[in-house]
Amino acid sequence: MLSPDYTQGVGTLAATEFTPIASAVGGALIGVSAVIVMLFSGRIAGISGIVARLLPPYAGGGVVQAAAFVLGLLAAPLAYTWATGAPVLQTVSDNLPLMAASGLLVGIGVALSGGCTSGHGVCGLSRLSPRSLAATLTFMATGFASVYVLRHVIGG
Amino acid sequence: MGTLVNAIAGFIFGIGLVISGMANPKKVQNFLDITGTWDPSLAFVMGAAVVVTFIGYRLTFKRPAPLLDERFYLPSASAIDGRLLAGAALFGVGWGLAGYCPGPALTALPLLARGTLVFVPGMLVGILLVRLFASRG
Repeated sequence: MLSPDYTQGVGTLAATEFTPIASAVGGALIGVSAVIVMLFSGRIAGISGIVARLLPPYAGGGVVQAAAFVLGLLAAPLAYTWATGAPVLQTVSDNLPLMAASGLLVGIGVALSGGCTSGHGVCGLSRLSPRSLAATLTFMATGFASVYVLRHVIGG
Repeated sequence: MGTLVNAIAGFIFGIGLVISGMANPKKVQNFLDITGTWDPSLAFVMGAAVVVTFIGYRLTFKRPAPLLDERFYLPSASAIDGRLLAGAALFGVGWGLAGYCPGPALTALPLLARGTLVFVPGMLVGILLVRLFASRG
């Protein structure tokens, strides 16, 4: 029920390579983005919040800027492939009910908790927010637990 | 001006996600698979992001206001309550099961994987559901 994987340009090996340099560079860019958003627009670069501002009743303000941010986000993989000639590799589950249900859980969860990995995990921790620390520790814990159950108990 | 700056910021964020492999659910799930095929990369991504953001925020908050707006829009909630913790717990479950959180899922949309194409609408519905019940309650 929990397989197969949809594989786009990667092999079927279970492991992925530890890439400390690419990770640090990518993470630094995410940080640069977050600082730009705060310095210029005064806002948390939390993707769940940005998405939420684009949904009715549009109460959060900054709708045009949020839309611009999302367009930039969408353009990134296309620009990457155009510039490097390399596809963006990913393995995404083809279990559509699971993916839809997961999306629902993520949506409910980020709306209730007011943030996600960027909002709480990056921006919140950078502000030394106790709320964000609590949220981050919690979603990390259930993240670890759910993958453990998925891969080692159910065996997806 | 603000529109352009935010588009550039979103683009940089997306490039960061792509370069670090965070747009690959398998890489994210491998970070969360501590007893299995563990890939520590996500910790380095988040670590680098936090270091840069922490420094940048410290400098930014010396200013009375951002460059293009009259005030900072910072979260005012301070309570670590059941709603926060339950929400974070649910988010983590969905994140682990799909290997996607909001940013990577959005940036992966143009790649057109079917799983992504159902995850994102599910996420939007989830946000709207909470909003709907919050306005009633």
